[in-house]
Amino acid sequence: MRREPPQTFGDYSPLLFPAAMLTIFFVVPFGTMIAVSFFQRQQGGFYTPAFVFDNYARFLSAFFGGVLGFSLMMAIAVAICCVVLALPFTYLLTRMARRVQIVWLVALLSILSLSEVIIGFAWSTLFSRTAGITNILVALGLMGEAKALTPSFAAVLTGMVYQAFPYTVLVLFPALVRLDPTLTEAARTLGASPLRAFFTVVVPALRNTIVATLIMVFIFALGSYLLPQLLGRPQHWTLSVLITDQAIYQSNMPFAAAMAVFLVLVTLGLVALTVIAGRKGEAA
Amino acid sequence: MSGLALQNVVKEFGAFKAVNDVDLTVPHGTFVCMLGPSGCGKTTLLRMIAGLDLPTSGAIRLDGEDITHVPTHKRNLGMVFQSLALFPHLTVGENIAYPLRIRGAPKEDQKKRVEDLLSMIHLTGYADRPVSKLSGGQRQRVAIARALAISPKLFLLDEPLSALDAKLREAMQVELRQLQQKLGITTIVVTHDQREAMTMADTVVVMSGGEIRQAASPIEIYRRPADSFVADFIGQTNLIEAESDTLNHVTVLGQPVPGLQLPPGAAKATISIRPEDVHLTAPGGGALTGTVTFVRDLGGTIETFVEVAGRQIVAVSTPRARPEVTVGQEVGVALTPDVCVVLRK
Repeated sequence: MRREPPQTFGDYSPLLFPAAMLTIFFVVPFGTMIAVSFFQRQQGGFYTPAFVFDNYARFLSAFFGGVLGFSLMMAIAVAICCVVLALPFTYLLTRMARRVQIVWLVALLSILSLSEVIIGFAWSTLFSRTAGITNILVALGLMGEAKALTPSFAAVLTGMVYQAFPYTVLVLFPALVRLDPTLTEAARTLGASPLRAFFTVVVPALRNTIVATLIMVFIFALGSYLLPQLLGRPQHWTLSVLITDQAIYQSNMPFAAAMAVFLVLVTLGLVALTVIAGRKGEAA
Repeated sequence: MSGLALQNVVKEFGAFKAVNDVDLTVPHGTFVCMLGPSGCGKTTLLRMIAGLDLPTSGAIRLDGEDITHVPTHKRNLGMVFQSLALFPHLTVGENIAYPLRIRGAPKEDQKKRVEDLLSMIHLTGYADRPVSKLSGGQRQRVAIARALAISPKLFLLDEPLSALDAKLREAMQVELRQLQQKLGITTIVVTHDQREAMTMADTVVVMSGGEIRQAASPIEIYRRPADSFVADFIGQTNLIEAESDTLNHVTVLGQPVPGLQLPPGAAKATISIRPEDVHLTAPGGGALTGTVTFVRDLGGTIETFVEVAGRQIVAVSTPRARPEVTVGQEVGVALTPDVCVVLRK
């Protein structure tokens, strides 16, 4: 069936509502933020309209550059950990009975209902010396004495992976359900062990889904600012933490805005690179 | 013993017996078609031969070796799935080379073998195309080439031609049979299409309710069906009750048929008469007498429906070999012992 492209204004009217929502709740605030990022900060006060690059100039220091690099690295690490864990998990889940799938999906959805604060405090308790999981290892005789696992980079990473894992599974689930199960069976009849079939058929056949999921988790992880503070040392703080700090505690709205704009630009750049690399790979 | 042997194979899914105590021997190099209505257990049987399902009990032997518990990827077989299951992320050549790549064959050998196989399936020069750009028949051939890439001991096909249109299907049946004869490979095809089975197979295995009803050559199955299910499933047939008196005189629909024998001691039996064996004559003269109820003239053949003693009998003949009859006319139906096949109960 051939569809006519929309002709009149009336044909476009179903788009009006989402367009208005996008304008009011995204374009306008983001525009305001871009504008504020060029404003002049008033010492001890708020800001005055101006057009200066001071905020960006201040950002281009070794310190903030380091924080930006760490934030990106952290988000990439979370994205990779999540996909590496969630892909085999979801693959096995889609091969289970319908009832088992529902139980798992409900459990994962209930993790989504937890706020970042609760997740953060729960993990900081689990990683603590007095009440943490190391006490279990000591009881089992696997460790000499209980010790604190937080604050540390691994603790931040664990918390963030835990938080993003349900999203990852939910994004991968439909694609894996649609994947023809006879593809793996065919691979097995052609001589591939189940593990090789997974890596030579399932993973490459889902390449686009995997890339899209990596990008989604990466962006999701970039926005996290509570977990690094609850589970990490100051050197594990991400740019989001610094932006919050500048905006709320230092009342330096222009500088916070400049950092936020910069973060958005770098993120968009990385996503574009990934997409281009993906296209190239497909053509090859 | 060379070839495939199934011994007392049973497969249960919960309380449901999908395959019930199947025994089958497939000599090396034979082409076997498993034929039956959907749900008869034929696909389950094929999947057990492939190792994709494990039998609940029984044994599967290949060339004398028990392979019942050998994992699929170590069985060295080739299988074509109903969905074909071509890998969408690989090109035609990469698909065909997949089993060679998995076994670590050198790149040069892979390339050579892919070229040989492509020329065998008349798709030379297609190696670099994505599979999504192929037509249905071409994909079919690629799936066959991929399954044959390692020269497997067993070639299994699950409803391989069901996705093709009628003309292409008939052409592929011939092509598949010729390919199998050229390679001399033991082949098992699952199908619900009896025409397909008749075209290709050395041995047709008719299944129903998880059991083998008859396993024999296509012509044997057609001429000497073992029971009424087989007779009715393979081609068209007339199933009629025959009765025998104490002197062994057999009557069919109240009419004596001299020379026809029922099994010793049986007072009643069902006989099968193929429509093309029913000859219409003028009424009287020792034949059954019936009334024509419908005539289906298909041009090449004419089907005449005749009601004899309350039973409908179908006769098929070519236009020239049949007397002119019209609906409502009285005709004679000649039955000779050689066309009546007495069926096992």
